[in-house]
Amino acid sequence: MGLPILTILIAVPLIAGALCLFVNASSARWIALIATLIDLAIGIYLWTAFDPSGAQWQFTELVKFGAGGITPSWALGIDGIALMLIILSVFLMPICIGASWVAIEKRVPEYMAAFLLMEALMLGVFCAQDLMLFYIFFEGGLIPMFLIIGIWGGAERIKASYKFFLYTFFGSVLMLIAMIYMVSTAGTTSIPKLMAYDFPFDAQKWLWLAFFASFAVKMPMWPVHTWLPDAHVQAPTAGSVILAGVLLKMGGYGFIRFSLPMFPEASEYYIPLVFILSGVAVVYTSLVALAQRDMKKLIAYSSVAHMAFVTFGLFAFNRQGLEGAMMVMLGHGLVSGALFLCVGVIYDRLHTREIARYGGLSDNMPAYALLFMVFTMASVGLPGTSNFVGEFLALVGTYKVSSWAAIVATTGIILGAAYMLYLYWRICYGKLVHADAAAMPDLSAREWWLLGPIAASVFWMGIYPESFLKPMRADIGRLLERVERATPPGDALLTAGKPAAATAHEGAAH
Amino acid sequence: MNLAAILPELILTVSAIVLMMVAALGRRMTPVTTWASVAALIAACFALLGQPQSAGALFGGLIVADGFGAFGKLICFVSAAVAIVAAHGWFERGSEHGAEYPVLILFASVGMAVMVSSTSLMTLYVGLELSSLASYVLASYRRTDERSAEAGLKYFVLGALASGILLYGISLLYGFTGTTGFAGVAAAFARDATPSIGLLFGLVFTLAGLAFKISAVPFHMWTPDVYEGAPTPVTAFFASAPKAAAVLLSTRVCLEAMAPATDAWRQIVIFAALASIFLGAIAAYGQTNIKRLLAYSSINNVGFALIGLAAGTATGASAILFYMAIYVVMTLGAFLCVLRMRTADGQPVETLASLSGLSQTRPALAWAIAFFMFSLAGIPPFFGFWPKLLVFWAAVGAGYYPLAVVGILGAVIGAYYYLKIVKIMFFDAPAEPYGKVRAPLETALIFLSALVISPVGYFLIGPLGRLADNAAGSLF
Repeated sequence: MGLPILTILIAVPLIAGALCLFVNASSARWIALIATLIDLAIGIYLWTAFDPSGAQWQFTELVKFGAGGITPSWALGIDGIALMLIILSVFLMPICIGASWVAIEKRVPEYMAAFLLMEALMLGVFCAQDLMLFYIFFEGGLIPMFLIIGIWGGAERIKASYKFFLYTFFGSVLMLIAMIYMVSTAGTTSIPKLMAYDFPFDAQKWLWLAFFASFAVKMPMWPVHTWLPDAHVQAPTAGSVILAGVLLKMGGYGFIRFSLPMFPEASEYYIPLVFILSGVAVVYTSLVALAQRDMKKLIAYSSVAHMAFVTFGLFAFNRQGLEGAMMVMLGHGLVSGALFLCVGVIYDRLHTREIARYGGLSDNMPAYALLFMVFTMASVGLPGTSNFVGEFLALVGTYKVSSWAAIVATTGIILGAAYMLYLYWRICYGKLVHADAAAMPDLSAREWWLLGPIAASVFWMGIYPESFLKPMRADIGRLLERVERATPPGDALLTAGKPAAATAHEGAAH
Repeated sequence: MNLAAILPELILTVSAIVLMMVAALGRRMTPVTTWASVAALIAACFALLGQPQSAGALFGGLIVADGFGAFGKLICFVSAAVAIVAAHGWFERGSEHGAEYPVLILFASVGMAVMVSSTSLMTLYVGLELSSLASYVLASYRRTDERSAEAGLKYFVLGALASGILLYGISLLYGFTGTTGFAGVAAAFARDATPSIGLLFGLVFTLAGLAFKISAVPFHMWTPDVYEGAPTPVTAFFASAPKAAAVLLSTRVCLEAMAPATDAWRQIVIFAALASIFLGAIAAYGQTNIKRLLAYSSINNVGFALIGLAAGTATGASAILFYMAIYVVMTLGAFLCVLRMRTADGQPVETLASLSGLSQTRPALAWAIAFFMFSLAGIPPFFGFWPKLLVFWAAVGAGYYPLAVVGILGAVIGAYYYLKIVKIMFFDAPAEPYGKVRAPLETALIFLSALVISPVGYFLIGPLGRLADNAAGSLF
């Protein structure tokens, strides 16, 4: 293994970001675009070079900073699960840069630098194989996002940035204490080794809660989701895309990487908690979304509802649930990102997010209406789109464990259809009542380039999900082996019936 | 007598006395004393390298030359040198800067060197007073400024009170143990399963006196006022070297002289640690003056260092050393940035409001301050996170989970006001821009400290960690 490819993956945006600070606005845009495209190329190379039937951890690197104790080492490596999330990140980043091309006018070099720093830290989270390194990347991501919301956000940006930062910081410091305990007990900071270490059940319960505090906030789960609508509404379009597309996935990634394999018994113990919170989230946030007048807020609440499918699937402890959860994460990353871009497209023209200010856009913006329709349908979970695959698998997985949970979760699909179609109807159908909305031009070439690739991926993922499931299959299998001993019995098991000896009886009757 | 073992102190004492004579020649000698003092401090640092670290007890057990002391001296000398350099650039504009300023810092440095290496209650007191007396004068160094005079007076009166409390504690310890040597005191504490009331009183009073010097809650009241009133370079000095020396002195007293009574002092230290963390974090909310805010920040940070002490282990002592080294870098860097806060006509400003929109008027300075603030808050990937992690690692290693959990929640509360500064600089509309200051050496120092506390600092974990481990090992 010669070339440290993951280090390069992280270093490219980092170096480009530093470079951005020293150049003018237009150069900064190009530097950012080129750097993110290089990372996209590296990501595609990783995807093709990744051997789904090979070792669990591939492209590994290890450099030690010091000896022993809690000292981190520069340990990188990815499995199929991390690979897919890396692909999602590097795919969305050039689109984010493109979305900010003209929308961001002030302090462009700093903006691009913040975004590139963000990308480096996000990729670091998915690559890290050392517990402390993971934490450093995980927490570090707060700083650029804090700046992005606070500097380039809307009117209430300051409150939203504080809320975002302090909420997530509070969640993760509890995780830090748990990490310190784990390292002192297991004597290693290596994530692969910790994934195979068996903590006593009593300790697991505390550790699981500490990790849950962090990931539930990040995810976000009800009732700690309240930072998300604020952050989304105030963040610039690209900030919302990356927040919904990738940052929320860190919560799910945390569950699948830490909570499940490291604390299997505790995960099983807390299934009722997770299912209840997720069930409330699905129903409650969907209803809240139905009542929104602000487009971004509506999509933000729909994110909370969709993420609840992820938690349902993850804690189903079976293959369908886990694969479904991963597919929902990937699909939601694309679709919610695209929906925020769709909002951005008309926001850039009219500078309002109020749904009532639009209407009838299918008349003057047919191409926009078409793409918006695609993403609306994908968000609803129409078969043939990405979200259908994930949501269906997650629901099947959930049903095998708890049919009640599956019933509650399924109402989320119905409510999801209601609020998304209602949104689409109010924006695209009806009459063009507002003169300024009627004067809006259709999609520009740049906007086609942003939304087109996502639409293509949405269909790809919906029609041939195997490309995405294949790299993860072996790793999900390993995870299932690991949690097998704690797998709960389902309540929907088929029992063989006792058919009466019908033929003999009939024969006797004659 | 092995004079080589006290070579750093000798260098500083002799140069301080000689430079005092030079300073008598008048104000024009200021550059001479300044650069000669810096040279003396650098020479003392190099003398530390050559010093036999295992020289052991000297002068009949009055002081000791060990790794712990050497580490502390290194921190103190470097910060003292930076404080001298910073003052040179700062006072130049006014007419107050005199040739005696660096000399006073040299004397304070000698005092601090004695503090971190004392193994007797008497040398402890002498070292503390030597550094404190120099500090009282430094605090009121701007004779024409009322706030400075007030700061000096306040510092002196409260400092004298604290010295009295400390002396009372020392006299009790001496009365009940019959010795002033740390080893003898430890032996007396070890004699009984539960120490006698007299010994306990001595312990409490001694720790109370020391808590004043490290400005731990509830003996912190002087800190914001003195930090605000003293000239900014002096504040930078107060917040770095004497504080580090006092923390290390307390560490040595607790872990050497009072080691057998760990359970007795641990509850005091835990209280002081948590109270400092929370008061430092909460009281900083309403501050509008950057120096007062940094004063509360220093109270907050001392609280975290004390968590390492509460662990009472070698890991904890090592964490304290690491913490103080990085804390000093962050604090000096932050104060060097504060020294840059001047109006266009050169008047120093200290209000937070004047930082408004700094990222647009002076981006490099704004980024540097942001680095220091994020680092002081302990937010990764900045290196200020690492020492905080080390003290919690020590606390968890010693089994103090609730302490670690409560302490780390304090870090979240504290993060708010560090973020507030970042918010003012980056989110708000630009205020009147600061005047330009030409000081390449200070700029280089800001850059260097920013580099240390940036993620690049993680490369220091190996070497600095080994150094701190070795130094802490000499206490056990």
